[in-house]
Amino acid sequence: MKILVCIKQVPQKDAPLKLNEAGTWIREDVSYEVNEPDAYALEEALRQKEKHGGEVVVVTAGPARSQQVLREALAKGADRAIHLIDDSFASLDAVSTARAIAAAMEGETFDMVFTGLQSDDYGFAQTGVLLAEILGWPHATIIIGIEKTETGVRLKRELEAGHYQLMDMPLPCLLTIQSGINKLRYATLIGIKQAKNKPVKQLTLADVRSKLGANMQKIERLYVPVKQKKTEMLQGTPGEIAKKLVDKLRNEARVI
Amino acid sequence: MADTILVLVEQQPAAAGKLNRVSFETIAAAQAIAKDTGWQVEIAVLGSGIGDIALELATRKAAKVYAIESPHLAVYTSDAYVHVLKEFLSEKQPKLVLMPHTYQVRDFAPSLALSLGKTVIPDAVGYKYENGKLLFTRQMFQGKFAADVSFTDDGNLWMATFQNAAFRGDMAEAGTAPIETINVTVPDGVVRVQAHEIFKEAKQAVDLSQSEVIVAVGRGIKEQKHLAMAEELAQLLGGDIAASRPICDSGWLPLDRQIGSSGQTIAPKLYIGLGISGAIQHIVGMKGSRTIVAINKDAEAPIFEIADVGVVANLFDIVPPLIEEIKKVKAVA
Repeated sequence: MKILVCIKQVPQKDAPLKLNEAGTWIREDVSYEVNEPDAYALEEALRQKEKHGGEVVVVTAGPARSQQVLREALAKGADRAIHLIDDSFASLDAVSTARAIAAAMEGETFDMVFTGLQSDDYGFAQTGVLLAEILGWPHATIIIGIEKTETGVRLKRELEAGHYQLMDMPLPCLLTIQSGINKLRYATLIGIKQAKNKPVKQLTLADVRSKLGANMQKIERLYVPVKQKKTEMLQGTPGEIAKKLVDKLRNEARVI
Repeated sequence: MADTILVLVEQQPAAAGKLNRVSFETIAAAQAIAKDTGWQVEIAVLGSGIGDIALELATRKAAKVYAIESPHLAVYTSDAYVHVLKEFLSEKQPKLVLMPHTYQVRDFAPSLALSLGKTVIPDAVGYKYENGKLLFTRQMFQGKFAADVSFTDDGNLWMATFQNAAFRGDMAEAGTAPIETINVTVPDGVVRVQAHEIFKEAKQAVDLSQSEVIVAVGRGIKEQKHLAMAEELAQLLGGDIAASRPICDSGWLPLDRQIGSSGQTIAPKLYIGLGISGAIQHIVGMKGSRTIVAINKDAEAPIFEIADVGVVANLFDIVPPLIEEIKKVKAVA
């Protein structure tokens, strides 16, 4: 099985984010990490390879800094990486991002493509599905189990409110992976060492520009959300806060 | 003729023949936009044997209800939905297509839009109509920011999805809409997957929707052994412990303790969030709680946007004295 895993670098979960001066995007001077669902997608690809053999390739579209997530993936066991490298890749809409990845796949034959189910920055939950449409492949979303069968794969799809559905799908196919499908591994020291010698192919914006269209949606402005509720912030020493909280629980929430 | 907003509603995935209640929220959203823009609202539903559902939809204020019928639509597949809807929308050319941001819509809507050369603005929480321009407001960076997003073209077939509870379903205006049944077929070979029955994993051990007090833990709890502290707090308050998705993903608590879009929806008297940042997926499951208390060391955490009482602090500094204080008060009472 040859599997391509799409991963993205996003701001760290608890990184304090600030708006840029124009109010169009965040200031870039924050810490980044791999988008969490993508880490599960990578782990699942590595497990499939361990069971069935093959190759795991990782791809990301982003500025030079995003090479970090490729290096981490290689250290965990991915065989090689493709970096669509340009600052402007971070501001493409989901369709253009999917087109860029499709262009990066040209000349290769993959059995499956995995993506995380959505990114923690834009939260579009679209790039994977769009990539499947561009490739003309069947797809399934929010996958929580994958078993290889004679004819393809048997998938376990998560539905809402605790429901699931099994589904048979031929190859090649694209799957968006739900967090929690597996347990993430850590990179080993040997893995980190070996990653240094694994190939990272770079593709520039110029290499794929002819495949991209214009963005079809535009962020007019980005802002701190208007608060819907008045929040009373409690301050003081931990002991004082505990007393104030108990007072609230008794007199307002009335649970004591 | 006025431009049309087409609302695409859905049945409950696990209970065909029943409308997903979120459908009425999307209808309410469309009616609100229609008031501002002067456009008209139409509703469409897909399935097999959906006459009763169409009748239910026809009790809302709309210019028309389309019942798109086919035995091939009895079980949802992205392939069949995209095939049928591409044809339907190409012909009808509504200005705007609105859908609820459900798992099902997430599965087919991006393909559908792209097959028509269009795009979907997903997971909107509201809209703005400014100087004749329609903007959709959506959350970014896990709710830390909001963005107003526009379509860059003037054509038809704009598409957007609305987040669960962005509008109130009971605000969908009543009326009488004519029903048009459209029978469609899906040729062999279109559907490339075989979808099997929908099931529930195991009987849910706890029904958190009945709890009066929920103490929910998130990533900030750091280690599994610290759950005991949250458990003690929940017990003292006569409540139950629950968690955000990452905690259940790590196996620290069973899946039936998970609150949010893929877990349970709760509305207790009191919700206490310990080290929960408030990702959208969690918030949709608990924002109906009567009193929301949030303890988080990150002052920017989105949970504070919806909290009634907030404490910016390390939960390990606050929870132990809080437990002691509750014990003291209970001993006196």
